[in-house]
Amino acid sequence: MQNVLILRIIFGLLAAVIAVFSIMAVRTRRILHAATYLLFVLFATAGLYFFLNYSFLGAVQLLVYAGGVIILYVFSILLTDTDCENASPMFSLRRWLALSATIGGIALVSFLLITNTWPQTDLPMDAEISMKTIGRTLMGTEKYHYLLPFEVMSLLLLACMAGALVIARKRS
Amino acid sequence: MEPVVSMEFYLIVSSIMFFAGLYGFITRKSLIATLISIELVLTSTDINFAVFNRFLYPGRLEGMFFTLFSIGVSAAETAVAIAIIINIYRNIKNVETRNLEKLKE
Repeated sequence: MQNVLILRIIFGLLAAVIAVFSIMAVRTRRILHAATYLLFVLFATAGLYFFLNYSFLGAVQLLVYAGGVIILYVFSILLTDTDCENASPMFSLRRWLALSATIGGIALVSFLLITNTWPQTDLPMDAEISMKTIGRTLMGTEKYHYLLPFEVMSLLLLACMAGALVIARKRS
Repeated sequence: MEPVVSMEFYLIVSSIMFFAGLYGFITRKSLIATLISIELVLTSTDINFAVFNRFLYPGRLEGMFFTLFSIGVSAAETAVAIAIIINIYRNIKNVETRNLEKLKE
């Protein structure tokens, strides 16, 4: 019982970090701050994956997002030298429309989530997936195995690397 | 068996994240801030995949692998988008969306 309470407190903490920092990331005026808040949100998301017993997914999230993507963001913010967004009228029509659409969307989605009935399952929900299973599923060629998407992904990464180089190169 | 935290709470957290990203995508003016909002939207869908896999089909692996590939695709998308933003900055010396008219001279 004690254990369940502690786990619930941890989940509440992660959820609060995600909610608060994702709102702050879109509300703050300084873009470097927005990138930092995004980093916190991504850390808390990795925490949620660990909480769900998807340790591999959490590790990938930490590696790719916190290690790679945020560094890209920070470098691009520093390179383009746009630390501050220009001030805009606080209560413009567009902002109000966006706010009302957002609040309406959250209300609608929450209503649907709470009133929906989900299919029930009897299997245990906390089994950690072993690294061996993940490796065999990722590299296997049978049904429900993922070798082809894996290879397509490597092609995509190669193409995007070449494309990014071509787009961002200096033209003389 | 009752899970520690029921599924709806995860989904509400991810929907808050999604709509925060949507709001930022509509209202922000800098391209990099727009990209950060898109990142929030993508990450919230990743949470949804993992949660649906864990709570509805715990014996399967589809949701987890979708999340894995989605993380890869969004990393690729970020790299290309930042290359485009740097290119735009070279041409017009700022990255505000209202000043965007052309990508090349």
